[in-house]
Amino acid sequence: MIKLLKIIALILLVAFVGIQFIPSERNQSEFVPKTDFLTVNNTPDNIGKLLQVACYDCHSNNTAYPWYNKVQPIAWFLEDHVVEGKKELNFSEWDEYSNRRKNSKLKSIISQIEDDEMPLFSYTLLHRDAVYSDSEKEEVINYMKAIKGSLQ
Amino acid sequence: MKKVRVTTAMIAMAFISLTAMSCKDGKTEHNEETGMHSEMNHEEGMNHDNMSASNTGMDSNTQNSQAKQVLTEYMTLKDALVATDEKAAADAGKKLQNTLQAFDVSSFTAEQQTELKDIIEVATEHAEHISRSDMAHQREHFQMLTKDVTDMVAITGTENTLYQQFCPMYADGGGAWLSMEKEIKNPYFGSKMMKCGKVQKEIN
Repeated sequence: MIKLLKIIALILLVAFVGIQFIPSERNQSEFVPKTDFLTVNNTPDNIGKLLQVACYDCHSNNTAYPWYNKVQPIAWFLEDHVVEGKKELNFSEWDEYSNRRKNSKLKSIISQIEDDEMPLFSYTLLHRDAVYSDSEKEEVINYMKAIKGSLQ
Repeated sequence: MKKVRVTTAMIAMAFISLTAMSCKDGKTEHNEETGMHSEMNHEEGMNHDNMSASNTGMDSNTQNSQAKQVLTEYMTLKDALVATDEKAAADAGKKLQNTLQAFDVSSFTAEQQTELKDIIEVATEHAEHISRSDMAHQREHFQMLTKDVTDMVAITGTENTLYQQFCPMYADGGGAWLSMEKEIKNPYFGSKMMKCGKVQKEIN
């Protein structure tokens, strides 16, 4: 029985080591595109920082990867999140959105931050600096509301 | 004893990694499946269009039938929200998403096509969210979806008279919706405030 377990363990260990060699796609870009939300809206630095720290890892073309991203299968898990996140909202491609789409995205941004649904709990668990204080939350929401108002 | 513990730990570690890996595989397959699914739907939609076009030989009928289907499904969704039925609303959202994805704009003018494509893209996103969200979110997306459907109708026109209704109590400056009936049944509050709202406009 113990022998069998040992064999299974060995196989699984080999598998674990094996998957480390399978690469995952990295979401990184050298430059900030002209269509970036912060560039287009000339966002003040303090707001820009808040957005970069709490949103840009999954909602832009440039992720600041943590060390544990080097380990599979964590890298895959993160890759999925980034792909999904960018599909919903990509700040790097902000200016490619139509006004209708911008409006809809801004509304969702505001309500998600208001309801504490974003940033995700699984993200803030390790990124403690992505947790907004009440005043920071208000600042970001008011800023988004102002952008939304200027669209109409 | 210690050896057994180490082995168990190793098994656990490897098992977790394998589970995560199989999860990932499962997800990919699922995506492919939905990809195929939407393609199939698209084909069905196309066939349907071809059929109705060949039956009548008129583009305007195709336009009407497509817009009509969007409106019918929008009304089903609205009724589900009036009834505060999350499951029915999700199903209606899914149907609406498929119909919107299959919407063929080729019979419209270039300018209308640009506008319609934009409307459809955004409306599809809302429908997709409605298909997998809770009631509060469904209603938020319905509010934005209503604007898209209203703008769509402004281009495609409608056979049935629509009533644009509005309840000022709903978040973000009040919520509008479209209905086939004059009578107010509020999709944003359901039984909590069924009668809140008034007819703002009749759309013919």
